[in-house]
Amino acid sequence: MSAMVSSAAATLTAGLTSTGEASTGEAILFWVLAPIMVVASLGLLFARKAVHAAMSVITVMITLAFLYVAQDAPFLGVVQVVVYTGAIMMLFLFVLMLVGVDASDSLVETIKGQRWIALLGGLGLLVVLGGVVVTATFPPARGLDATTYPAAGLDSTGQPSNPQGLAAIVFGSYAFALEVVGALLVTAALGALVLTHRERLIPKRDQKTRVKDRVRALASGGTLTPLAAPGVYARHNAMDVPALGPDGQPVEASVNRVLKVRGQEADADLYAARIDRVLAGGWADEDLPAAAPVDAIEAAETDCDPDPTSEEADR
Amino acid sequence: MSLMNYLLLSAVLFSVGATTVLVRRNAIIAFMGIEMMLNATNLALVTFARINGNLHGQVLAFFVMVVAAAEVVVGLAIIVAIYRTRRSASVDDVNLLKDVRDPA
Repeated sequence: MSAMVSSAAATLTAGLTSTGEASTGEAILFWVLAPIMVVASLGLLFARKAVHAAMSVITVMITLAFLYVAQDAPFLGVVQVVVYTGAIMMLFLFVLMLVGVDASDSLVETIKGQRWIALLGGLGLLVVLGGVVVTATFPPARGLDATTYPAAGLDSTGQPSNPQGLAAIVFGSYAFALEVVGALLVTAALGALVLTHRERLIPKRDQKTRVKDRVRALASGGTLTPLAAPGVYARHNAMDVPALGPDGQPVEASVNRVLKVRGQEADADLYAARIDRVLAGGWADEDLPAAAPVDAIEAAETDCDPDPTSEEADR
Repeated sequence: MSLMNYLLLSAVLFSVGATTVLVRRNAIIAFMGIEMMLNATNLALVTFARINGNLHGQVLAFFVMVVAAAEVVVGLAIIVAIYRTRRSASVDDVNLLKDVRDPA
């Protein structure tokens, strides 16, 4: 990958005109991506659901990676996608799923008028920052090319290589900062471990204790084996039909108790009676409402469709 | 196109991120606002590196990314820990230090 990145750097550098302006292609890229970024960032501000906000932030970060590559920072562009979009935002989504996606924002203001004050403050910040950028005078942009790269940042052909140039500086004048950042990362990992650690208050239920509990529950009507699965009739394998025991009687416990609470289970006696009828040589469907005569169904269809022949012609 | 446009875009993103932190009550969304502010700063740093013609701005942006990763790990762990004890991810519900006595 580093070879790919460095070749991209070689082709992307010197993208500035002599007056320090960006090229037309870069301008087009910017004016396509900038509105997307602004709209997506507003999505973070206004999205009602947290997952939608996370998606907007991911959009902003990926488009930022494009801008980094366009600005002669291909290494940062790759790091932006890998670290920010790939690791940090996925961590955010992970925590969102952990905390509950439907944990929506409360609209109650604990401080009166806080929302409008905050929006006004954000607008003021924008005016101040934008004013500083517009009024400040910068020297004409020099751009990054072979003359501005450190000597160690040039590859064997004399072309600037962005990862090599960054490495020369990071492991050169910023070596101590790099060590400190390493210590910070180790501390952060330990901190996350400590913060999310949970003391076990009750002893863990292992297989042995569960077996003992089951045997003990036998006395009060429990079963050693798992409960029968519902619906072992040849015709009905639905969840709401009780299983049939070896004695021909329905096993009530085989139907999920949630269905019973909701009143959605099928009537066990109805099916037991049906089995008895079948065993006695009768038909299973006698207790169901008789099927509507075929003539009546056809008449109803003709009523709905005023001209059945035209429909046939369409087909 | 002048490189000022990148800095203006960075200012817009930073302001939106800051407003998000102030407006939103969901701790995770507010945290994403902080990430947006860090990203906006990175864009400004990369642009400054290009204006000044050296790589130090990019190195700084790189360090910001690393520190942001560490910050996210600890911050999200705190949010999860608070959620476990208080069953809420709203910043309004973390008010144990608030004086709730009647003003005498």
